[in-house]
This record gives sequence, C-alpha cells and structure tokens, in this order.
Amino acid sequence: MTATGTFTPRPGAAPLGRMIRAQAALETRMLLRNGEQLLLTVVIPTLLLVLFSAVDIIDTGAGRAVDFLAPGVLALAVMSTAFTGQAIATGFERRYGVLKRLAASPLPRWGLMTAKTCAVLVTEVFQVALLTVVALALGWSPQGNPLAVAALLVLGTAAFSGLGLLMAGTLRAEATLAAANLVFLLLLVGGGVIVPLTKFPDAAQTVLGLLPISALSDGLRAVLQHGAALPWGDLGTLAVWAVLGLGAAARFFRWE
Amino acid sequence: MPSTSPGSPRTPGSAPAVEVTGLVKRYGSRSPKTAVDGLDLTVARGGVTALLGPNGAGKTTTVEICEGYRRPDAGTVRVLGLDPVADAARLRPRIGVMLQSGGVYSGARAEEMLRHTASLHADPVDVPLLIERLGLGSCGRTTYRRLSGGQQQRLALAMAVVGRPELVFLDEPTAGLDPQARHATWDLVRELRTDGVSVVLTTHFMDEAEQLADDVAIIDGGRVIAQGTPDELCRGGAENTLRFTGRPGLDLASLRKALPEDSTTTEPSPGSYRVTGTVDPQMLATVASWCAQNGVLPDAIAVERHTLEDVFLDLTGKELRG
Repeated sequence: MTATGTFTPRPGAAPLGRMIRAQAALETRMLLRNGEQLLLTVVIPTLLLVLFSAVDIIDTGAGRAVDFLAPGVLALAVMSTAFTGQAIATGFERRYGVLKRLAASPLPRWGLMTAKTCAVLVTEVFQVALLTVVALALGWSPQGNPLAVAALLVLGTAAFSGLGLLMAGTLRAEATLAAANLVFLLLLVGGGVIVPLTKFPDAAQTVLGLLPISALSDGLRAVLQHGAALPWGDLGTLAVWAVLGLGAAARFFRWE
Repeated sequence: MPSTSPGSPRTPGSAPAVEVTGLVKRYGSRSPKTAVDGLDLTVARGGVTALLGPNGAGKTTTVEICEGYRRPDAGTVRVLGLDPVADAARLRPRIGVMLQSGGVYSGARAEEMLRHTASLHADPVDVPLLIERLGLGSCGRTTYRRLSGGQQQRLALAMAVVGRPELVFLDEPTAGLDPQARHATWDLVRELRTDGVSVVLTTHFMDEAEQLADDVAIIDGGRVIAQGTPDELCRGGAENTLRFTGRPGLDLASLRKALPEDSTTTEPSPGSYRVTGTVDPQMLATVASWCAQNGVLPDAIAVERHTLEDVFLDLTGKELRG
C-alpha cells in the first residue's frame, strides 16, 4: 500500500475556547432535540401556567393568579432544565460511555462541565423568553429589578445543577430517570410552584420552605410580584444548596 | 559549543509507543479479582500490535490503563513516554481511542458527532473523506441509536482516527462487523500503519491478528504469555506438518531415516501421507528426493502451517474464543 498521507500524524488539541464552544453547541442541540426533555422543560411549565391562570383551580391568594403563577413557573422551568433534564441526560451519557469517550478527548473535564452549564443556560433563556411572553399575554404585570431576577435564576441553576449532577454521577441511569422525575413531581407540588406553601400545615411549611425550589419560587415571587429588592434569605438558601450540591457532585461523581 | 542534545530521556518523540512493566490491576475490594497480573509489554513506534486473547484475559483492562482511565495497582505504564494519568492533559491530544462500545450521544447524528470530534483537534482529517472511506455516507444523518451495530463500530473507529493521532487504541474494532465492513476496517488499519500511525488493537480473532499485526502479544490470565511476529509465533510454538498423496502402502521407514530425528511419518489413510517436524526447504527436498527414489509422483504436496489458534491452544490448553 502506498502512503497517501491522509492519516500522517499531526496531533494536537484545538484551542480551548473553540473546544468549549463546540461542546456547548452540541450539548444544546442534544437538549433541544430530545422530545422527552422538551415535554419537561417547555410543554409542562407552559401548560401549567396557562391552565392555572385561566381556570380558578387553586386559591393563589389576593391579586391575579398569573402574578402568583408566573414566578413559580419560572422556578419550575429552571428546575426542569438544570435538575431533571440535566440529571437524566447526564445519567444516560454516563451509562452509554459518552462521558468516558470524551474523557479521552483533548477537552478537559472542566471544559465539558462548562459546556454543559452553557447549554443549560441557553435552554433557560429560551424557556424564560417563552414563558414571559405567554404570561404577559395572560395579563402578567411583573415588578422588581431584572438583575435581582437574574441573580436568583443563576443561583437556582447552580443549586439544581449540583443536585442533578450528583444524582447522575452516582445512581444508575434508570434510577436517575425515575428519581429525577419523582423529585420533579414532588417539588412541583410541595415547592410553592403552583400551590402556595401557606396551604400546608405550619410544621411542613418550615421544612418545605428550605427546599431549593421553594427558595427560588419564593424569591422570584418576592421580586416579580411584590417588587422586593434582593430576597437575601432565599438567595442564601440557594447558595447553601449550590455549595452542598456542587461540592458533593465534585466529590462523588463517577465518570463511568 | 555543540548543538544542544535532541532532548531529555523523557522526550516523548523517542520513547516506545507503549511500555508496560509489571502491571497489576485488581477489581473489587472485598474479594478482589485480579484482571491483570504482572503484565509486561513493549510496543514499538509504527506498526500494528495486536493483543490477542480470550474474553476476560485482561486485554481491555490493559488498554484502558494505557488510555488513562484507571490507575495501576502496581507496575509502571508509559505511553509515548508519558504517564497516562499524571500527564493526561499532554497525552490525550496525541492518542486516538475506540472503546469497545458506546461513546456517542444517542441523539447525535453520525456525521455531526464525527465533525464535533474533529473540532476538538487542531488539524483533523477531512471529515467527508473519512465518512466515505468507512462507508458511513448513507447514514450520516442518522442518529446514533438508529445506526446498526456495524455502523456504530465504524463511527467509533472514525472518531478515534479523525484527530490525526500518533497512536490509536482500538478495542475489538471488528467485533460484530459483517465481512465487508471488517475488510474496510482492516484496510483503514493498514493505511494508518502506512502513514506512520502506531496502532494497538485487541482482538480475539486469530485471522485478524495474522492479517494485520506486525507484532502479536498473546494474553491470558492477565499476562503476556508469548509475543512476536505472527510468523515467529507460528514457527516457534508448534510443530508443522507436510502432507502429500501417492500410491497406498509405501514403506515409510526409509523416509523416516532420511529426515531429522524429531520428525514423524504416518499414513493416516491409504495413499495419504503426513510428515511432521520442522518444515523447511531442506525437509521438502528430502521428501521430494525420497519420492523420486521410490518412483512416486507426490500428488497434492502441501505444507500445513500452524495457526495462531494452534499456538494459543498449545500454550494455554484453551480455546481462543472461550
């Protein structure tokens, strides 16, 4: 066989920025292409927002229902992408050797994690834009400072990402699939998303109020519904979850 | 002042492709199972090296330690002169990896994934060319989960070589392939070799090792039990056989006397003769002249070489595919 030079070794990593951009773009396409993911991240939050705003099923307190529901559904959207979606996707990537194969590529692990975070943030931007438009169409009148909202969303994303990656990196993929959906459902009901926490008994309220979803929905509501400046208590709760979740994920995540 | 020396002893350019000494790997903590048990292996630069052995011999564990996935429990491993774990960041861009299975997002399209892998490298191989070479053109838009097993294998192979690595590790690259895809894979491996890429592949197919490898390491029970070129292994490991046919009932005693001492002569069935021993030109000449003396026209004279499978059976008493 004569040498064609097609495979003559010229090894080398692409520039770091290019690798991370390429990985983030691929991760985002994978998220947006997955039908089950879209059901969870787009269809369910939108349906809940429309349904509970239009039909008076739950007593959401004084004021318009949409003003109570929109912040809760935004919190749900963050949870669905950063926690449930990311946990399930990463769990199966681990199961099918995707993470293992990428570990042998020139892309460093932290680069992969950065790319995953970018993909989650991009998806959240789409979600927030869509839900905002729908909520405004339903008569939503948001208050407060957008920067305070952004701070809550980012910190919420960090908290849920840590917990999602912890689950994906320690449980079997099937267990992650089941558990992530179950947690999604439980936190949807018990996290102040569409049902006010005041509907629960006092003792339960104290515990439920410490959940990351409660902190995020409560904080978003404080700003968007009541015009608060910065809800430090909720931000603090989210920060603690973020540190614990990301710390535990970094410690216990298994790549294969 | 003379010019500076061409580099320190750890200059990766001069090191063997792979150098493994006394490698031990155990799995499990309570009752550890030893997967690799004092394995020594040197793989020279350039050329194709096959790690041949039955399932569970320790081939994949060895390769995955070389790829930096696991730490050895004992022994040293150097790949291109680097420590696969400690120097991972420097090593990874220089090697290509094909896992035994998986490694691709189930929702990614074949061409998309290959392009992505290419984009992680500085100077990748032309993607359309690689797709054509491996016959992936018809499924470039197909998502990974819908590809056939053979297509998934070929995509994994393409991903391993697209970054123009110096050294590629292929873990059972033709497992589950149909003959056509198998030959496409073999052709690609040969081209890699011609272009100066070092290839380490694991296989439990003797013919694959015989066809492709410059160097074969037979692995069993977590150790290299024999290493050499396919020829060396076949020559050294077992006796060889020469068969011929002629008229039945020839007196073989005189032939036996004319041959070296370790030879045997038999007539397993009437008119069919079998000579064992070191089959070389000298033996062939002896047999031919004996036939001439006895007025026999030897029909269907044939040299039977022992295959790697015979060698393996002799060495281990086990079937290779076990």
